[in-house]
Amino acid sequence: MINLHFSGEGFVPPSTNDFNLPPIFENIPWLTKPVLLVFLSVIVVSVFFVLSARKAAVVPSKLQFAGEGIYAFVRNDLARDVIGHDFMRFVPYLFTLFTFVLTNNLFGIVPFLQFPAMSHVGFPYVLALFSFFIFHYVGIRKQGLGKYLKDIAFMPGVPKAVYILLTPIEVATFFLVRPLTLSLRLFANMFAGHLLLLVFIMGGDYMVHDSHMIMKIFAPFSFTFGIVLTFFEFMVQCLQAYIFTLLTALYIAGALADEH
Amino acid sequence: MRTFNFAAEAEKVNPLIPHTAELVVGAIAFTLLFLVLRKSVVPMFEKAFAARTEAIEGGIKKAEQAQLEAQRALASYNEQLSSAQGEASRLRDEARAQGAAILEELRTKAQEEAARITAAAHASIEAERQQAVTSLRNEVGALAVELASKIVGEALDDQARQSRIVDRFIEDLEKSK
Repeated sequence: MINLHFSGEGFVPPSTNDFNLPPIFENIPWLTKPVLLVFLSVIVVSVFFVLSARKAAVVPSKLQFAGEGIYAFVRNDLARDVIGHDFMRFVPYLFTLFTFVLTNNLFGIVPFLQFPAMSHVGFPYVLALFSFFIFHYVGIRKQGLGKYLKDIAFMPGVPKAVYILLTPIEVATFFLVRPLTLSLRLFANMFAGHLLLLVFIMGGDYMVHDSHMIMKIFAPFSFTFGIVLTFFEFMVQCLQAYIFTLLTALYIAGALADEH
Repeated sequence: MRTFNFAAEAEKVNPLIPHTAELVVGAIAFTLLFLVLRKSVVPMFEKAFAARTEAIEGGIKKAEQAQLEAQRALASYNEQLSSAQGEASRLRDEARAQGAAILEELRTKAQEEAARITAAAHASIEAERQQAVTSLRNEVGALAVELASKIVGEALDDQARQSRIVDRFIEDLEKSK
């Protein structure tokens, strides 16, 4: 696909169209690379954790230790510390969320896979929708539909006049801003990160093939920067998985609290 | 839903519009992973955590129990030791008292024996003196009679008279003493 950009005159920078990958088989339009990667992530995560947890013992094996470390991180540092009492109910969801997002993000820099599925906005939308429904459901179950909605729209302990300003903000926050920011933050980070890598790698490729000598000399710098950015991307990918899970836990904790 | 028209480069797609297929696939894949992790990963790890906690707490409890037992044993040893010391000192006192009693008894016995021996000696001395006095009296009597007969020239053969004279003589002698 890189060759596409050599047809015209001059360098054609990568665009949003570079994320629009063709179907792998001509007659199955929905089976694209990100779809395949998402299924692959399910298999990879399942196999890894099932193997590491299968013979979970008091004295862990190396594999168990690795899987347990990730699980304990989500369980203790995210679920327990944020949600507190009764956090165990949400551990399976938060654990799935973290490992699923993290694995798909990391696919962005794994050789040969090299595509973050979360840069296709459909996947973050689905995850944000799940989180959205869960934290509202939890809040309604805990406080009853009426009280829950009333507490969101009319925050207790605020002077009545302030509601004119506060009510629209609060309602928008809970029903629009939260799910949107949750999904768009993840999507935009993965999208921009991948685009950035494309710019430097494809730019370097273009410079290598350019007829001017000076371009050929500077091409390695472009590649080097692409590699540096790959390490940076690794950090961003981990961070985004963490943030998505952390915010979901915070929203659940907020819905469980007696007063928002 | 977008179509994949790759040849036409001019087509600009809005990256914020999701593919329907990806929404469905995302939901299915995530649910699948959730079910697997919830069923056969989370419970296993939780079980291991619980077992580990229990092992640690059990170990602590066991150590506490051992310490308690050791303290109890030490206390009982100390008690035994102090009671043994008390017993020893009591025995020592008893022995000392017994020794003193024996000594006292022996002393008394010795004194008694000494007194008895002294008394016997006194008696025998008295008897001998009595005997000596008697024999002396007889001898002195005979001597005196003999002396007197020699002086007066009269043979005093008559036994009765003789002894009367002697007795009177001795009485006079004792009176004048």
